[in-house]
Amino acid sequence: MKRSELAGPALAKPVLDRSALLDVQDISRLYGPGKGCESIDFRLHAGEVLGIVGESGSGKSTLLRVLAGLETPDAGRVIYHTNDGELDLYAISEARRRALLRLEWGLVHQNPRDGLRMGVSAGANVGERLMALGERHYGNLRAAGQDWMTQVELDAGRIDDAPLTFSGGMQQRLQIARTLVTRPRLVFMDEPTGGLDVSVQARLLDMIRTLVRQLGLSVVLVTHDLAVARLLSHRLLVMRRGQVVEAGLTDQILDDPQHAYTQLLVSSVLTP
Amino acid sequence: MNGYNFAYLDEQTKRMIRRALLKAVAIPGYQVPFGGREMPMPYGWGTGGMQLTASILGGDDVLKVIDQGADDTTNAVSIRAFFERVAGVETTTATAAADVIQTRHRIPETPLEHDQILVFQVPIPEPLRFIEPSEQETRLMHALEEYGVMHVKLYEDIARYGHIATTYAYPVKVDGRYVMDPSPIPKFDNPKLDMSAALMLFGAGREKRLYAIPPYTRVESLDFEDHPFEIQQWDEHCALCGSDHSFLDEVITDDAGNRLFICSDTDYCLTRRGEVA
Repeated sequence: MKRSELAGPALAKPVLDRSALLDVQDISRLYGPGKGCESIDFRLHAGEVLGIVGESGSGKSTLLRVLAGLETPDAGRVIYHTNDGELDLYAISEARRRALLRLEWGLVHQNPRDGLRMGVSAGANVGERLMALGERHYGNLRAAGQDWMTQVELDAGRIDDAPLTFSGGMQQRLQIARTLVTRPRLVFMDEPTGGLDVSVQARLLDMIRTLVRQLGLSVVLVTHDLAVARLLSHRLLVMRRGQVVEAGLTDQILDDPQHAYTQLLVSSVLTP
Repeated sequence: MNGYNFAYLDEQTKRMIRRALLKAVAIPGYQVPFGGREMPMPYGWGTGGMQLTASILGGDDVLKVIDQGADDTTNAVSIRAFFERVAGVETTTATAAADVIQTRHRIPETPLEHDQILVFQVPIPEPLRFIEPSEQETRLMHALEEYGVMHVKLYEDIARYGHIATTYAYPVKVDGRYVMDPSPIPKFDNPKLDMSAALMLFGAGREKRLYAIPPYTRVESLDFEDHPFEIQQWDEHCALCGSDHSFLDEVITDDAGNRLFICSDTDYCLTRRGEVA
């Protein structure tokens, strides 16, 4: 079966949708044959949560790194629709790209240690992106820190504590606060609940879902956990060996998987 | 001169350093790499400053060397003796009489003139190093003016101590562009960098970087709107000369806990006491 036949209606290309946020056109980044991601096409709309699922080594994290500007693709384009026009992510200057990453986009790492500055206090972590934007008022930075810590359900009284003294779930919340403080339009999340125990995971997912709805965020979510994908994402891409094997609405894919690999994936979910 | 080339370094090396210095002056606050040479002393003792001094020193220049403001400490005495021996130049302790002043950790209290050059010994030239260990990344951050992280450190100070507790190597922005580490001078001396009449050169021997502040260049210390930059103040006056406006060192005088506050700039203190002309 050809890949184009697999693409669901959501991937149908020439639909002129004004609210498109990100256009991914034929992106490839291969480290070797079948290692990385190959000819990926999709469109992300404003306010949409897109889940990318697949087994380890299927290329989902590579794809995320390419989308988030951390890795240059071998081929293809990533078009970001801003309020004043289109930006080709890998054609604009590095300065512009980094500014975009810092201000309008956000990246939530799987391991909060990668996304946080562990040596400085929680408040400084939350305030960093604001300081990069040019905020030079300590009182405002602190107020924003406390406000965002409350929003991610952390105790605002711990604003001066180092992230090292926080639990894994709290660190992940802090990383989310730090990312959302500049009110980005687009957030990339790489296994945001990986490594957390189930009860903490459930509360974190609940919080992410609330924030996404409140702030109208668009999210690209990479996960291997189908339960997480079902809870958060509107649409799913299923990846295997660097290629998208199935794409469509989340419920449709999880309830009625078409591709053999997706069927295997869905049937492998443990239910207690 | 005793078998050495004038001012110890060979002419090609001095030429290379002068060329790097021209670049540094042309781009205020930008760190220029240079081919640092071995000097007959360990890194950390001022090898960077010495290479700069050796490169700009002329036969009729008068040299002054200070260490923490004092002319009579080990580092100052040995570097002064070194240049007396390998360059045969005249040396002085009087700030006003010097053409070139090599310094560690202080800017003299006596205002500098436009025909003087101040050479700083710098241990860590990169102000972003504490937050970003990668040289590649810090260079990119300088190139793209990504200086938000500098305020993270100041924020952290206020959060922890209630005020900006950084007292030395206080980061500055030069001519509205490059963030620069002014070497470990006390922040008391930061205002003297701004619109200084004298040329200021900075040399880091171990890291092989040099940078400069040309005369009459804007130099701002980073701060927050609601926590503005402030310099140190003392309740005491200098116990020797009575100065109430110079940088004071606290000196313990006996085992009973008695102490004195005295000027760290020895030449300034002696001049005020009338002990030198």
